[in-house]
Amino acid sequence: MSSKPPIISLKDITKSYVIGDSLYQALKGISFDIREGEFVAIMGPSGSGKSTTMHIIGALDTPTSGTYVLNQKDISLYTDDQLAEIRNREIGFVFQAFNLLPRTSVIDNVKRPMMYGGVPEGQQDTRAMACLKLVHLEEKALNLSNHISGGQIQRVAIARALVMNPSMILADEPTGNLDSKTSHEVMTFFQELNRQGHTIVMITHEPDIAAFAKRIIILKDGLIISDKPNKQFLAKKIL
Amino acid sequence: MNYTQTIRSAIRALRGNILRTILTMLGIIIGIASVILIISLGEGANSSITSQVASLGSNMIYVRAGAQVAGRPPTSSNSLKYADALALADKTRIGGITAVSAVVSTQAEIVAGGQNKNATIQGVGSGHAEINSLEIESGEFITAEDESGYARVAVLGPTIVNDIFGEGANPIGETITLKSRSFRIIGVTKAKGSSGFSNPDETVYIPVTTAMKVLLGQDSVQTILVNAQDSKKVDETTAAVKDFLLEEHKITDPTLIDFSVGSSKDALSIVNNVTGLLTALLAGIAGISLVVGGIGIMNIMLVTVTERTKEIGLLKAIGAKRKDILTQFLIEAVVLTVLGGIAGIIIGVAFSYLATLFLPIPFIFQPTAIILAVGVSTIVGVVFGVYPAQKAAKLSPIDALRFE
Repeated sequence: MSSKPPIISLKDITKSYVIGDSLYQALKGISFDIREGEFVAIMGPSGSGKSTTMHIIGALDTPTSGTYVLNQKDISLYTDDQLAEIRNREIGFVFQAFNLLPRTSVIDNVKRPMMYGGVPEGQQDTRAMACLKLVHLEEKALNLSNHISGGQIQRVAIARALVMNPSMILADEPTGNLDSKTSHEVMTFFQELNRQGHTIVMITHEPDIAAFAKRIIILKDGLIISDKPNKQFLAKKIL
Repeated sequence: MNYTQTIRSAIRALRGNILRTILTMLGIIIGIASVILIISLGEGANSSITSQVASLGSNMIYVRAGAQVAGRPPTSSNSLKYADALALADKTRIGGITAVSAVVSTQAEIVAGGQNKNATIQGVGSGHAEINSLEIESGEFITAEDESGYARVAVLGPTIVNDIFGEGANPIGETITLKSRSFRIIGVTKAKGSSGFSNPDETVYIPVTTAMKVLLGQDSVQTILVNAQDSKKVDETTAAVKDFLLEEHKITDPTLIDFSVGSSKDALSIVNNVTGLLTALLAGIAGISLVVGGIGIMNIMLVTVTERTKEIGLLKAIGAKRKDILTQFLIEAVVLTVLGGIAGIIIGVAFSYLATLFLPIPFIFQPTAIILAVGVSTIVGVVFGVYPAQKAAKLSPIDALRFE
């Protein structure tokens, strides 16, 4: 394994929400590291805390206690705007649904993070096209986002996730809205990206989908109950 | 954050719901259009009145009998004598004056050739034509000899000639009867049109001396008109006329003045003030609809923010800061109001042009009104767009992404 420091380091992360009068503890102290080049699936039934984990890893939310070191920066206490910058530069998001801006061309969707990241307009087209080429959608660049298929939408989202050269790609149920054939295609694509060296963290509740990852973390009731390499995947690799 | 990219995406968002966008803009369109229309028509009316007043004679100074001084009863209206006019006409006593005309005015029935007609009869001095820029169509105007000799002569306005003698008739040498006295017609004035105060085309001019003695039996005049030599020195000449007459009337305390002096310049500034005030008042009322339009914008922007909560969540997830979201929604509101403003300008200018085709006022294109309109619609966009935009910017990304 790499001797470099981990990309993600979570230590004793807790997260509580106040719902009405009562306090709900979504995460009760979880710790794990993710290193460069890993492909990790975070699994668990609903209510297990996997969405909350995703929000914290994705710098969309801050933990109630514990530390989160992302790429050697402790971002546990960052402000909203600082977190926005971290999301822009370090994390490429692929969501389950509502990934693309409606009525907006594919290329303009891919260019959006560069707009917020201060990339000069002159470079934006070239970089967006390079990423669309990676997902084999360069011919669809000028199509409107609502005129392409569900699988293509996820691939555009992946292109957008890659465009800022982030430390990791964070996918939240990326195949939740896709049929099994398209799901398989998208997952194979993630595997391909991982082979090229991209670090991928994926949240899913489907074991079939988690099976594409190299490592599976299983959460239940706000705690990690299992964190193991994916034997199925490794077996495949040996074959 | 790149503003041209933001403006482009704002236009795209507004195009996405074109009917709503147009309906929202309508408030601004109507507001701006009516402000432009009113300002433009106001300016047109103002310039029309100004040119009419100027046609009365821009160097004209008038002296009226009687004065109204605050705190004192009005003075007698027969304080102005014909002798005052003669004194003013004496170039050895007062300078800077080219013509003087004492004026008395009355209504009388004109009888001629079996026809009769009611008209304004003005007894005037020989300088009257020069002071009032009256031109003679045929014959001549009242001369100094007519004035000093109490001549029974008359100069008619063209409308009167047409009404009594028929279109195109030449009445020179004919006789008309006023209050049973006969007058020989010596001239006809050129058509000039109504000035708003009086219509010289419907006036009969006779020597002021004759009018006083024969028609009215009085030695006082109502008005003395004076033509200042230098249009740049109208104010000085007005003051000189006032001082001269105070001395003539042997008045040492100026508050006891028994006449009033003014110039066409004064009249012009009064007219300008009145039309300016009216225009401002009407434009203010039209401006209220801009506020109503602005509230409409705010309402729709609030709906838009709610509708696009998920989009805002996505944008925040991929790195949009508060400022980016604030700018985007603010620019959307401003694009909405500025486009509405531009449409309002076009409609306002078009309608004011159409209106001037039917109204007796000129079409005046006011570039400043357009700058004002664009400025105002931008301000409306910012003022009414800032609250919804702030609401959008403050959304937490996870709440926004979860929103159903």
